[in-house]
Amino acid sequence: MTALALSGVTLALGGREVLSGVSFAVPDGAFVGVLGPNGAGKTTLMRAVLGLLRPVRGTVSVFGAPARRGNPAIGYLPQARGSTAGLRLRGYDLVAAAASGHRFGLTLGGAAERREVDWALDLVGGTALAERPLGELSGGERQRLLLAQALLGRPELLLLDEPLASLDPRHQHGVVTLVREIQQHLKLTVLFSAHDLNAVLGVLDQVLYLGGGQAALGTVDAVVTAPVLSRLYGASIDVARIGGRIFVVAGGQTVGCAHEHAPLAAG
Amino acid sequence: MFGYGFMVNAFAAAGIVAVLAGVVGYVLVLRGQTFAGHALSHVGFSGATGAVLLGVSPLWGMVLMTLAGGIGMGLLGEKLAHRDVAIGLVLSMSLGLGMLFLHFFTASASQATALLFGNVLGVTAGAVWTLLALAVVSLAGLAVLARPLLFATLQPELAEAKGVNLRLMGVGFLAVVALATALCVQIVGVLLVFSLMAGPAAAAQALTARLARGVALAAVLALAEAWGGLTLAYHTDWPASFWITALSGGAYLLAALRQGMRIRR
Ligand SMILES: Nc1ncnc2c1ncn2[C@@H]1O[C@H](COP(=O)(O)OP(=O)(O)OP(=O)(O)O)[C@@H](O)[C@H]1O
Ligand SMILES: [Mg+2]
Repeated sequence: MTALALSGVTLALGGREVLSGVSFAVPDGAFVGVLGPNGAGKTTLMRAVLGLLRPVRGTVSVFGAPARRGNPAIGYLPQARGSTAGLRLRGYDLVAAAASGHRFGLTLGGAAERREVDWALDLVGGTALAERPLGELSGGERQRLLLAQALLGRPELLLLDEPLASLDPRHQHGVVTLVREIQQHLKLTVLFSAHDLNAVLGVLDQVLYLGGGQAALGTVDAVVTAPVLSRLYGASIDVARIGGRIFVVAGGQTVGCAHEHAPLAAG
Repeated sequence: MFGYGFMVNAFAAAGIVAVLAGVVGYVLVLRGQTFAGHALSHVGFSGATGAVLLGVSPLWGMVLMTLAGGIGMGLLGEKLAHRDVAIGLVLSMSLGLGMLFLHFFTASASQATALLFGNVLGVTAGAVWTLLALAVVSLAGLAVLARPLLFATLQPELAEAKGVNLRLMGVGFLAVVALATALCVQIVGVLLVFSLMAGPAAAAQALTARLARGVALAAVLALAEAWGGLTLAYHTDWPASFWITALSGGAYLLAALRQGMRIRR
């Protein structure tokens, strides 16, 4: 069973093609790391899967049906924009806003709705955090609540757009293992975009590399290789493996993979 | 104090409008759109004076103009959301246009003052019923939008993905705000609407982080400020609008101080 399938998909924004004729299929239950430099199209791809962006060409199908807005089978954690960071509002209310928030009417916090929110908060270990105002939470704690929000409605496919942004390595590890546990517990398919391959390396089933309008999906060993990435980026790329970590190097500079926190020497 | 019919009317009118302003204002502050709300009342000024010129009731001219302004702003949406200069210019143009209408009408200065600074003691019994009806319409509109509006406010990308129409939420909410603004003007006037819409809501958000409690607190604060202002006006013979704005500012200051102290501890 395929969770997500793209065939010949071209996505364009403002007249510019972000992805051109991309095809791949993500099997059900896979944990897929989505990698690629800034502007490669990670967010754009997720928006297409959510049905928010119609492909210029090709088809995007989710569990066998065409991508459409409001598909309850998909959970989504948008790339952080920090708009909620300073709010004087309890975390619980932020999470609960998404529970049946697509239906018109007054929120009176029905019992079923509250149970669902409590379930999701419990799953991410965020029950206590949710009692505090958002403005007083750290980035990692806020990310935990947003993950709970993405789990509302019990989706089968989870799209997480850079949930590690602005987290230190220890908290990155915390979020990655948490997502992995939840993914295995609920048998979810996960697309997890990140800038540091090494941060997610331990939990990946497959990796989806985006670059130059193209995409390459496969196991880490198959995709993160000099020939595949060189073809993708249209430049000479070297891949170095040092002590269980992987570094992608172009013209002597690491790209898309190594992180400020993980200089070459630290590998 | 309640021996006078005009005081009874004033208390009823101020009470209705304050509760509405508190609730609508809470969402307005949450969405960071207080300046848009402020501008809407000024847009209403030209509507009210234009209506006087045409011999129509200023309240309906006001409602019409604020609604048109609110829906227009909502349709422009994101493009306008952070254009403070554009909003500010429309705001002052509208005040200017209102002055021109008043000039043609050669209205008394007191009519202009009543519109600009409010004249709650002049509200008639008939007007109270009109205010009540419009307030119910506005609150009903907010109740229908409440859930998706809150979702769209707090997590726009996720809400959009779940099928919420962000544009519809923006337009619908500003229409609600427009109506509430037109009603607030009847109490505190065009220039002072901010203190009734934003003041209690901001104070409530400083006092509690709970959503439901915050909305209720905003309504209660607005009501207390409106009625407190009327009572003080009655005893001092100073303008009610002055007292309402003073209480609103004072309450916000105290709430902000309390929050500041709580964080420092
Ligand atoms: N509204 C828009 N109009 C035109 N181009 C856009 C728009 N939004 C994004 N783009 C372009 O589309 C490309 C893909 O953007 P996208 O946000 O998907 O990248 P990303 O891989 O998520 O990057 P990041 O790592 O920075 O989040 C970028 O080149 C960006 O400049
Ligand atoms: Mg992105």
